[in-house]
Amino acid sequence: MSNVLQLVWLIPALPLIGFLLNGLGRKMLSKTMAGIVGSGTVLLAFLVSLYVFFQVKGGNSHVAHYFNFINIEGLKIGFDFQVDPLSSIFLLIITGVGFLIHVYSTSYMHEEDPKDFAKYFAHLNLFVFSMLLLVMGANYVIMFIGWEGVGLCSYLLIGYWFKNTNYNNAAKKAFIMNRIGDLGFLLAVFWLISKTGSADYHEVFANLSKLTTRDITGITLLLFVGATGKSAQIPLYTWLPDAMAGPTPVSALIHAATMVTAGIYMIARSNVLYTMAPATQTVVAVVGLATAILAATIALKQNDIKKVLAYSTVSQLGYMFLGLGVGAFTGAVFHVMTHAFFKALLFLGGGSVIHAMGGEQDIRNMGGLKKHMRITHITFLLACFAIAGMPPFSGFFSKDEILAAAYEKNPVLWGIGVAGAMMTAFYMFRLYAMTFLGNFRGTHEQEHHLHESPAAMTLPLIVLAILSVIGGFIGVPEVFMHGGHRLEEFLAPVFAQSNALIKEHHALSHSQEYMLMGISVAAALAALAFAWNKFSKYRKSDKEEAGLGKVLENKWYVDELYDSIIVKPVLAIGKYFNNVVEKRGIDGFVNGVGRAVNYGSRQIRLLQSGQVGAYVLMMVLGILVFFIVQLFL
Amino acid sequence: MSITEIIFWGLSVLALFCAIMVVASKSPVHSILYLIGVFFAISGHYILMNAQFLAIVNIIVYAGAIMVLFLFVVMLMNLNADAEPKKNRYLQFAGLISGGCLFLVLVAAVTRSADAGRVMQLGTGESGLIKNLGRILFNEYVIPFEISSVLFLSAMIGAVVIGKKN
Amino acid sequence: MEIKWYIGLAVALFCTGVVGVLTRRNSIIIFMCIELMLNAVNLLLVAFSKMHAASPVAQALPNVASDAQLFVFFIMVVAAAEVSVGLAIIVMMYRNIHSVDINFLNRLKN
Repeated sequence: MSNVLQLVWLIPALPLIGFLLNGLGRKMLSKTMAGIVGSGTVLLAFLVSLYVFFQVKGGNSHVAHYFNFINIEGLKIGFDFQVDPLSSIFLLIITGVGFLIHVYSTSYMHEEDPKDFAKYFAHLNLFVFSMLLLVMGANYVIMFIGWEGVGLCSYLLIGYWFKNTNYNNAAKKAFIMNRIGDLGFLLAVFWLISKTGSADYHEVFANLSKLTTRDITGITLLLFVGATGKSAQIPLYTWLPDAMAGPTPVSALIHAATMVTAGIYMIARSNVLYTMAPATQTVVAVVGLATAILAATIALKQNDIKKVLAYSTVSQLGYMFLGLGVGAFTGAVFHVMTHAFFKALLFLGGGSVIHAMGGEQDIRNMGGLKKHMRITHITFLLACFAIAGMPPFSGFFSKDEILAAAYEKNPVLWGIGVAGAMMTAFYMFRLYAMTFLGNFRGTHEQEHHLHESPAAMTLPLIVLAILSVIGGFIGVPEVFMHGGHRLEEFLAPVFAQSNALIKEHHALSHSQEYMLMGISVAAALAALAFAWNKFSKYRKSDKEEAGLGKVLENKWYVDELYDSIIVKPVLAIGKYFNNVVEKRGIDGFVNGVGRAVNYGSRQIRLLQSGQVGAYVLMMVLGILVFFIVQLFL
Repeated sequence: MSITEIIFWGLSVLALFCAIMVVASKSPVHSILYLIGVFFAISGHYILMNAQFLAIVNIIVYAGAIMVLFLFVVMLMNLNADAEPKKNRYLQFAGLISGGCLFLVLVAAVTRSADAGRVMQLGTGESGLIKNLGRILFNEYVIPFEISSVLFLSAMIGAVVIGKKN
Repeated sequence: MEIKWYIGLAVALFCTGVVGVLTRRNSIIIFMCIELMLNAVNLLLVAFSKMHAASPVAQALPNVASDAQLFVFFIMVVAAAEVSVGLAIIVMMYRNIHSVDINFLNRLKN
């Protein structure tokens, strides 16, 4: 197995090389070259990841130690990479989906200047590098480096069109929200290190007896705070919809497929801790479910194609947290994977639509694109089926697994979850129907301009569509096929420790399981049909939304709420400090010192009378002082 | 009390009295005369310590040459009148106090010193004789001696340049 | 005879000179007080030389005691030069401001 260890460093190193080449040579490289460097390095990383994947298949776990990152008395943190089934799944998702999105970007961003184009790819590569660092780190510190790195890249890419102030504000918002979460993460890591003396996964999980229940609950809650920031959960989710200011492929890669799942990865990685903290698990499940529902309700009324997808992402992430909260770690990881496929596909399809519409993002001005963009249309439809949880598309399997686990825990969670799934089906098909069905509602120039996107954009769509359709079959539930859940087998070693901790495991009977599936599919189907019917003949109307619809359209006024309870008071405090503390206090102190010196020197100046006698007197007094100090003190 | 001690105390009292009178007398001419008295008393001390060369030089150079120079200046310029019509009492008092403090501090320091009780050679010893001093001066210290002549020359030129009417 | 008496005498003379410098304003008298201080130091140097002459070190090295006295000699030399220049300056000052009061010499403050 030593060859695995020899190769794993290549996985993050390749995108880093791409970043350096593109970043440093951005003035020299042509667009083609930048695209090849950007995509090629990720492709190579993908190939290495694939190789690593096959090496760890039997449940092997490897830690490669490179050098000591922090080495002080009583604390040793190595720069270590760990590859095991969990990280290898994420490696495949990141590099695989990442590669497709890189390819897509070469076409989508083609109108940019060569310089900006290379900059874009440099940032994208840096992101991939950071994300790989995050999932490959063998301890929480390395994970934190990646964690911060992806936050930075997210900021850079959201603010890619930095000449637009709104986009910059969105970037800042994302960064600050993430920082709030990062603080929680950091505190959790400190806590962990102070109690167990290590940040290494292996050592921490082996030394759990050193932690009291209170420690574990505190640590897991703080880690979860970190996860809410990165994975856009209540209360820190508002940055993600704003993050749609970035280029669409960025939204697909960072804000749908990979970065936002970092929180899921972190909790799945710390599954033992969470299993030992039932209180935190409840919090995670409730927050996840609340986020899922809240975001789904908001998505019902959004008219911006990317905003709908963004809220859908938040909602799906909520489902993943629900899965983590009810102990279905495999289900959550499974959903991460399938979600990466179909959400990336949706975003890329959306990007393709936006591309065709010449930058238009409002679905009220679209419609009837089915005729003009056949590949985009079909792939988008498949993705919609997948996300709505229609069998046998991938979303069905993963979502069903989470919901089944939720039912085991508490039927209420399941009920709310199904309601969310219904809403998911509704808003996705509302989006689909308004975009692709009916008549075109845009301007004539737009209609004239409509075209299918080039192959560099449609090929990734096709690949992702295939994955979205068949991706679920790696996790077929036991009900349908014995031994069908390959993913669970594959991931079993990672979750073995926490599975051992769960004493009672009352599995659902087959009939119950069939019933649950039937209900959720039927509900989703009903919502789907309703939305299809209602919105395929959508007409533009100037009627203002009223009542609940208006509240939903304005996202429950959460942004306004945050603005008034956090942003405004903070600004007021800032203003107070600026006007009062700074001007009166600090400036006053500094000026006071200056004035005192001025006054004092004006007084002391009088000693300088010019009288020689006075000077001599002073001199004698000085000599006296010297003598006294020298001889008697 | 031996004879040397009697001579020491007599000369000391004379020196201190004359020194105080130098400071205290109103007329500069009286000050000069008292200063000459101080120099003679100090020369007496030199003789007491058998430093004959220095005793002679002190009288010749100080009492003879320098003080005559002072007298010349005072008399030629007619400075004998009281040149201090308005005195600053506070400054004088402050000067007296600080001088006294200096004295006290130094005396206190001396009494604390371990060497304060060391005995010295009085009346005997050949170190101060002209023969010995001359040998050393013209052997080891001949270069400083020659340089001091340059110093004198420059002082003379300086005095002439400064004193010249411009 | 113990050295402390000579030290006391020299310190007393020196402090008298200091008080004179501090209290008098006639520059000629101040100048004389400076000479007084110089002589106090000379006296002290000679006294110390005699103290060392009494010590065993001086028995082996006859020059030890003589060096200090030569030093006094050089001080006198320098003092003579200093007096000639200093008096020239006082004469000059008298010529310019018709006074030897140092309180008129307050140009230093500008």
